[in-house]
Amino acid sequence: MMELEPAIAGPVRPIGSRSTPAPLPFPPERPRSSAKMSTDDLRAWFGTQEVLKGVTLALAERQVTAIIGPSGCGKSTFLRCLNRMHETVPGARAQGRVWLGEQDIYTVDPVVTRRRVGMVFQKPTPFPFLSIRDNVLAGLTLNRERPKHAHAVVEQALQQVGLWDEVKDRLDRPGTSLSGGQQQRLCIARALAVAPEVLLMDEPCSALDPIATARIEELIHELAGRYTMVIVTHNMQQAARVAHVTAFFYMGQLVESGATEQLFTNPKDPRTEDYLTGRFG
Amino acid sequence: MSLFRHRRLVDRLGRGLCGLATLLALVPLVSVLVWLVSHGARGLSFALFTELPKPFGEVGGGVGQALLGTGIMVGVALLLSMPLGILAGIALAEGGKSRFVQIVRFVADVLAGAPSIAVGVFVYTAVVMPMHGFSAFAGALALAVLMLPTITRSTEELLRLVPIHLREAGLALGLPAWRVTLSVTLKSALPGVATGIMLAVARAAGETAPLLFTAFGSQYWAWNLSEPMAALPLQIFTLASSPFEAWHQQAWAAALVLVTLVLLANLGARFVTRRARGGMAL
Repeated sequence: MMELEPAIAGPVRPIGSRSTPAPLPFPPERPRSSAKMSTDDLRAWFGTQEVLKGVTLALAERQVTAIIGPSGCGKSTFLRCLNRMHETVPGARAQGRVWLGEQDIYTVDPVVTRRRVGMVFQKPTPFPFLSIRDNVLAGLTLNRERPKHAHAVVEQALQQVGLWDEVKDRLDRPGTSLSGGQQQRLCIARALAVAPEVLLMDEPCSALDPIATARIEELIHELAGRYTMVIVTHNMQQAARVAHVTAFFYMGQLVESGATEQLFTNPKDPRTEDYLTGRFG
Repeated sequence: MSLFRHRRLVDRLGRGLCGLATLLALVPLVSVLVWLVSHGARGLSFALFTELPKPFGEVGGGVGQALLGTGIMVGVALLLSMPLGILAGIALAEGGKSRFVQIVRFVADVLAGAPSIAVGVFVYTAVVMPMHGFSAFAGALALAVLMLPTITRSTEELLRLVPIHLREAGLALGLPAWRVTLSVTLKSALPGVATGIMLAVARAAGETAPLLFTAFGSQYWAWNLSEPMAALPLQIFTLASSPFEAWHQQAWAAALVLVTLVLLANLGARFVTRRARGGMAL
């Protein structure tokens, strides 16, 4: 029962993104570090419907954890519990413990947690009424904070996402004047400008073309050494390309998690294997 | 007859009826405008804007005090209704499905549909009678009551149009919810909110009924809010219902001025909206 489709088992480049597959700049076999965040029997509801049925998962520090699974499996909900965005939806609630370092984030003001745990969404969401520069600074200035070295913050954040050279001559243009992929990198820069420790990404490439997607994936590689990252994706190849650790969710439960290579080539649970081989989902 | 031909026929019939209905709807609108311009343009003069009405028998005069009165009363009404309306609109948009919100929304809708004369009677009983006299303040208050539901509901609708993902982006940056409402949601909706306010102003500027027994009207320059004050629609009413040809002429001219002002307010709102959206791909 262990046969796997070779196309899914290994890291696969998106068709058309590169003529020759570049070597991964990214060693998957790094030493496992300690957990930056962890959840303990995390449950979540929309109204009376339980969409997360007790998930216990540790997220390794300065590593990329990918969460995969079919639609409706609770992977986005799980991600949105990690910075308490889940509860902003009317009727939604969560229960259980989510540790960020030594702190249970459900015992502190969500605003504090969201500054430490940034988030990037499926659709690029630059603020349409702000320039590129002001979008980067939005997390600070909209909160009436006056950063001392605003220009340095902008440059550093845009450098980090590789957008600086593309936009440095038009920082005063609206953030929405950029292309979709640039907008998404702008949103990542905006999230980084408030100096978070963890970065959550909810299908950050699903609205982008393959080239922009490849650019974001490179960026995830580059940021991995500095931030603890969690990425939800529908795209198994993407998980295989970017993540150190992959977790498979099914019907509100964590089925299994482990080193990406191991999970894709040698899944322990038959449901994981069925999903990876395309038998459902 | 083939199915395709049948569909094409229905399509053409539908389009034709729509076009016809549009034309019919435009007939009264265009004829009012043409009528106004053809009758009112002759009466336009500099004095119309700057002078007081002259007693019957004397030539000339204008409706300057009415223009001023409309400006003052609409301005005061705006100061009263704008903050309240915007805040109420935010409460409705962000208040979820609570019973309180539903009741407020229902009341706002009823108020928006209330005949303006009823608002006038209300202000007469609530303000004019206790104060023993007509006043510009009472007039402004009546206009404010009329503008309030328009501003409230348009603000609510426009806040609802702001995409939820912008709100979420603000929250995810660690902004408190109230800050997101002000700095993200309201800011995104601002051009539309401004349009709603301009439409409310345009409507209030043309109201006659609620001013009849609140501001009452005046033939003199008035600056004091506690005194009766003239307004353009009231002045038009007085002039038009007089038996004198010269006054009728002035009524036409004043009506043209009023319609032009309302038109300018609407154009201004559109201009503000378009300029604010110029750079963004909304």
